[in-house]
Amino acid sequence: MKVHEYQAKDIFAKYGIPVPQGRVAQSPGVARELAAGIGCPVMVKAQVHVGGRGKAGGIKMAKTLGEAEKLAGKILGMRIKGLQVRKVLIYRALEIKSEAYMGIVVDRHSQVPMVMVSAAGGVDIEEVARETPEKIHRLAVDPLFGLLPFQARELTFSIYEDPGIAAQAAKILMQLYRAFWECDASLMEINPLIVSDQNKLWALDAKFNVDDNALYRQPKIAEMRDLQAEIPEELMARGKGLSYVKLDGTVGCVVNGAGLAMGTMDLIKQRGGEPANFLDIGGSSSPEKVTAAMHILLRDTNVKVILFNIFGGITRCDDVANGLVTALGEMGKVDLPIVIRLTGTASREGREILKKANLLAVDSMAEVVEKAVQMAKV
Amino acid sequence: MSILVDDQTRVVVQGITGRDGAFHAQQMAQYGTKVVAGVTPGKGGQSMADIPIYNFVQEAVDQEGANTSVIYVPHSFADDAICEAAEAGCQLIVCITEGIPTLEMVRVMQYLSAGQARLIGPNCPGIITPGKAKVGIMPGQIVKAGRVGVVSRSGTLTYEVVYQLTLAGIGQSTCIGLGGDPIIGTRFVDTLELFEADPETDVVVLIGEIGGTDEEEAAEYISQHVTKPVVAFIAGLTAPPGKRMGHAGAIISGGSGTAREKIAALEAAGIPVAAKPEDIVGLVKEAIK
Repeated sequence: MKVHEYQAKDIFAKYGIPVPQGRVAQSPGVARELAAGIGCPVMVKAQVHVGGRGKAGGIKMAKTLGEAEKLAGKILGMRIKGLQVRKVLIYRALEIKSEAYMGIVVDRHSQVPMVMVSAAGGVDIEEVARETPEKIHRLAVDPLFGLLPFQARELTFSIYEDPGIAAQAAKILMQLYRAFWECDASLMEINPLIVSDQNKLWALDAKFNVDDNALYRQPKIAEMRDLQAEIPEELMARGKGLSYVKLDGTVGCVVNGAGLAMGTMDLIKQRGGEPANFLDIGGSSSPEKVTAAMHILLRDTNVKVILFNIFGGITRCDDVANGLVTALGEMGKVDLPIVIRLTGTASREGREILKKANLLAVDSMAEVVEKAVQMAKV
Repeated sequence: MSILVDDQTRVVVQGITGRDGAFHAQQMAQYGTKVVAGVTPGKGGQSMADIPIYNFVQEAVDQEGANTSVIYVPHSFADDAICEAAEAGCQLIVCITEGIPTLEMVRVMQYLSAGQARLIGPNCPGIITPGKAKVGIMPGQIVKAGRVGVVSRSGTLTYEVVYQLTLAGIGQSTCIGLGGDPIIGTRFVDTLELFEADPETDVVVLIGEIGGTDEEEAAEYISQHVTKPVVAFIAGLTAPPGKRMGHAGAIISGGSGTAREKIAALEAAGIPVAAKPEDIVGLVKEAIK
């Protein structure tokens, strides 16, 4: 799960990381009031879960209150990479002497947290990693001891010449690591970490992704989820214990298992179709989950055909068949064609159930995908 | 032979009185696996379908000779269960549980690094050596004893491939599901080493998916250390970046971890990559020739 910059900054502030004081506005009028309270010049920043906000025109400096109001109005009406901007963060603009980068991720290769710093801040760090990887200093942290102060100093002294600033930065890095660990982050970043004209460090931006698996023990962070920023179908799916990702195609998919679901999408594309979604109904699929899946797919008006690809393991094919028949009964008339593949545990029983409801199941993944793609073209 | 599990495997089921634990303990026993004990703290002394239940894994090891643990406990207790099994001396620990916080797994991997135990999973379907032992939740009826090793990060996609091999008359030495999480105990490289050393495995099928770089590392390892033929399939060519595709570990981040990169790395190492799951059978037949 992603949280917004202003929420991440609230968390950083709690850990003693210096962030410019700011507040969020949802209307140009409020933006003006906030700017008046803070004092111009102020920054007006779009709060959306996507990178490249600056390039898209979602980050601007306002020198006057009038400008703050006008810019807020403009940014609040924007869509950035398809996402509607609903909030802007207003904070006092600072004089920037230099920009650096600080970040922590869980490194899958070494299986420990990896701390990264770079003097090349304020730009896309992934680009830096690709073009000039030597500009990023990394350290794999022993999770049993955490980041040690001398290690933090080694990193920050390698990017700052001024020892006073390097020492400040080391302190920030220690706090960032503590926040990372205690908040179950999968990623925390400060980009840029700036040196101001007063020779003070500030986290001008803040990025924090939390591990979805840990939300059950991070209730305060879980509450930060911006429901308006979510795709409604994805939200519905999560509520029902399904994993769903909306795509742009016409073949709706219901599959058990994430790998098989991806494999099904790939095969649809290969056969000349376009998948409308990723949907994993999970292991022990109850009829309720199948019903929920059908409801979610039918909300997507692009969908021209619904494909079921079920390989029964723990999932029982008869459960899926029952779920489908129940769903169809509840929904009244469903105009879309449905093609079904059932193999594995209780597939014979599943087929019987479908047959009684005048639905036909096929045997193989190749066959069901071929059929679905043909039907979607009609 | 086969790898990791066989007729010497003596399984203790952690979480045996839960819904999934109880069901799969019986499924494993029916398959012929030696399920020697169950563990549920506080229910020691009881039994479930003739399987004795203990409070501690150590008791199952000492009294029943358990050498392998399979874990079905809920996600908030699973990290503890893994450590307990390792401490009790289980050589192999298979963790089926999904949803363990990543940083908890980071701690567990550090804990395990001090000992000898091998962890498979978490969030995995387990491991099966056809005709000998099944530890986990894979459906026993789709496998067939033979000489092809199968290793995968996925569950049902593995079933799909294994089933097609079986239908084509091609049996398997051992099938392993490594799990869909970002931090897992056993990775492709580890299993490739085991399959390479196993005299009863002739070919290895590797089934990868988006996220991380385990497939790239496997490609590198194969080109240097594996003499047996390997064939592969990678899922997720159509997955959009930045979105988690079901598995916690299946996410393309910062443009890396894409299916395309993985396929390119494998092909560069001379490993044939199937365009679709059903093509694996043909590639395996080709490799056996």
